[in-house]
Amino acid sequence: MSGVLAVLELAVGGSGELKLHKMALEALAAAKRIGAELGLPVSAAVVGSGVGPVAAAVAQYSVEKVFAVDHALLAAYTPDGYSIALKQLVAATGAKYVVFPHTYQVRDFAPKLATSMGQVLASDVVGLRVEDGALVLVRQLFQGKINADLRFPGDGPHFVSVQAGAFRADGLEAGAAPVEAFTPELSAAQIRTKPLELFRESSRAVDLTAADIIVSVGRGIREAENIGVVQELADALGAELAASRPICDNGWLPMERQVGSSGQTVAPKMYVAVGISGAIQHLVGMKGSKVVVAINKDPEAPIFEVADYGIVGDLFEVVPALVAELKK
Amino acid sequence: MKIVVAIKQVPARDSLLKVNGEGTWIEDADLAYEINEPDAYALEAGLQLREKEGGEVVVICVGPDRATQTIREALAKGADRAIHIETYEETVGDPLALARVLAAALSEESPDLVLTGLQSDDLGFGQTGVILAEVMGLPHGTLIMNIEVSEGGITVKRELEDGWFQNVEIPLPALLTVQSGATKLRYATLMGIKRAKTKEVKQLDISDLQTESEPTIAVSRIYLPEKSKKSVVFDGPARESAAKLVEKLRFEARVI
Ligand SMILES: Cc1cc2nc3c(=O)[nH]c(=O)nc-3n(C[C@H](O)[C@H](O)[C@H](O)COP(=O)(O)OP(=O)(O)OC[C@H]3O[C@@H](n4cnc5c(N)ncnc54)[C@H](O)[C@@H]3O)c2cc1C
Ligand SMILES: Nc1ncnc2c1ncn2[C@@H]1O[C@H](COP(=O)(O)O)[C@@H](O)[C@H]1O
Repeated sequence: MSGVLAVLELAVGGSGELKLHKMALEALAAAKRIGAELGLPVSAAVVGSGVGPVAAAVAQYSVEKVFAVDHALLAAYTPDGYSIALKQLVAATGAKYVVFPHTYQVRDFAPKLATSMGQVLASDVVGLRVEDGALVLVRQLFQGKINADLRFPGDGPHFVSVQAGAFRADGLEAGAAPVEAFTPELSAAQIRTKPLELFRESSRAVDLTAADIIVSVGRGIREAENIGVVQELADALGAELAASRPICDNGWLPMERQVGSSGQTVAPKMYVAVGISGAIQHLVGMKGSKVVVAINKDPEAPIFEVADYGIVGDLFEVVPALVAELKK
Repeated sequence: MKIVVAIKQVPARDSLLKVNGEGTWIEDADLAYEINEPDAYALEAGLQLREKEGGEVVVICVGPDRATQTIREALAKGADRAIHIETYEETVGDPLALARVLAAALSEESPDLVLTGLQSDDLGFGQTGVILAEVMGLPHGTLIMNIEVSEGGITVKRELEDGWFQNVEIPLPALLTVQSGATKLRYATLMGIKRAKTKEVKQLDISDLQTESEPTIAVSRIYLPEKSKKSVVFDGPARESAAKLVEKLRFEARVI
């Protein structure tokens, strides 16, 4: 096909029924953008065991073809199994661009797949355009503080993973595509790692998703002893207290109060981020909030990109001043 | 058990970053540097394993002369020796090229376990470890929170999305990319700092390890992101800003 191939991930956990990962269709949206910009046909692939029904669901979108990459040895995800299977699919289809969502699973196998084909994955891409007939991809450096334009100098195949929320799936057109089964050649001996059961740890006694207002604290707080400063703001606002990952890693607040890709996803009426830089893994957990307020001493902190209101200043001055103002 | 830990030196957290005139990299003359955060956890994991299983921890770093500081700190925390591959560029912007350099430098080491951070704070490819595993022909695991040595290999705890975890059995030799925050980091002791001075740092030059290959990815320009969202930001004295913000929240956003 020598076109664009979107690899659509399946969701982890759950009841056992296979369904798409929440970012899967964003990869399809990015693939469609690349296809439109370069005039290339777009197909999709779903990888696993018994993926026929999911592939059939994907075929309801406007794509050229959907590949159901199916094998009993792909029932449980392994980096060996997935990269071997996809390498065969990419070779068989002659895909020029292969697009993934930048999920934890993709981080785990896509760099290996690209390396096995002598390529480098352009990871965590946030934007793209065509310049002089060539694709230019935008990715972030320094946790979102700086952008970089990337190009692929070689002939490909080119591998791209896209950041959560960077390409919207809601504009995908409906269609009726054929589903083609693809059975990779795979033997148990090729799979070197043995995945065991999935499990969850924290009890999640606190349901942050039910809070109207959340005050969230980050590493700007410096020490556990200072948490009280933001607790007072939370109290003054009648808010739940939440945190970025390093705060929970340090044990300054319990894990169940962590917001972000490895914590909870929240969408309150107001989210107040105090001393939080706004790394993407945090943003994905709170971007849907109605009103975002950021308090940070660095005017260039990426959190201001998603903030409706902000104060640039030292939180140890700003937060007590806010509490005083709220109590007036 | 011979454990290699790949560590990178990056600009200190909270550095104020400016892009250089050519748009090729940041203005790095006045920056402070530190070990890449996940790499500090990879080193900690390596040191803890050595304490349990015996053996040796070797740190490997590709970077300019200033990286010596970060290497010394790793030795002071307890690494046994180091390999420093000196570069004259600010950084190596192609993770496959970098992994090939690391693999070449490790060709005579045959480690049982290679540990990397899961992501660098500056380039943030989140890939070098996985690529290195493939180049070295090793099985790998990413986002590792815990490592236990078991029959014929290791059992690792991987972090997945949405609060899920998974244990995975991996035969040795293997490569793992370590997630931040799973353990407490140790500090270097005075004794450690003293001892570090006598530990071996093998110096290699990147040009001696240059593995022939055409780059398949290239950065053409770096720049500050354009502001796309118009936020209302106050930056005056704290009391004034607080008063203005509360007024906005009450009467414009109407959220309080
Ligand atoms: C796979 C993966 C999963 C992850 N999952 C999550 C997750 O679920 N949730 C999460 O939050 N992170 C997660 N992270 C980590 C994430 O990448 C960031 O490292 C983290 O969010 C940074 O937390 P922070 O903003 O509190 O700290 P920093 O990035 O250190 O930011 C601190 C901020 O405080 C500001 N500051 C400092 N002092 C003051 C002061 N006196 N007054 C005002 N402002 C001040 C600084 O300007 C800075 O912007 C994950 C990372 C990876 C790689
Ligand atoms: N220059 C370097 N020297 C040594 N290790 C590195 C270097 N660059 C990256 N790494 C390792 O690879 C990991 C992932 O980096 P990256 O792929 O750039 O996100 C880092 O956490 C380090 O462990």
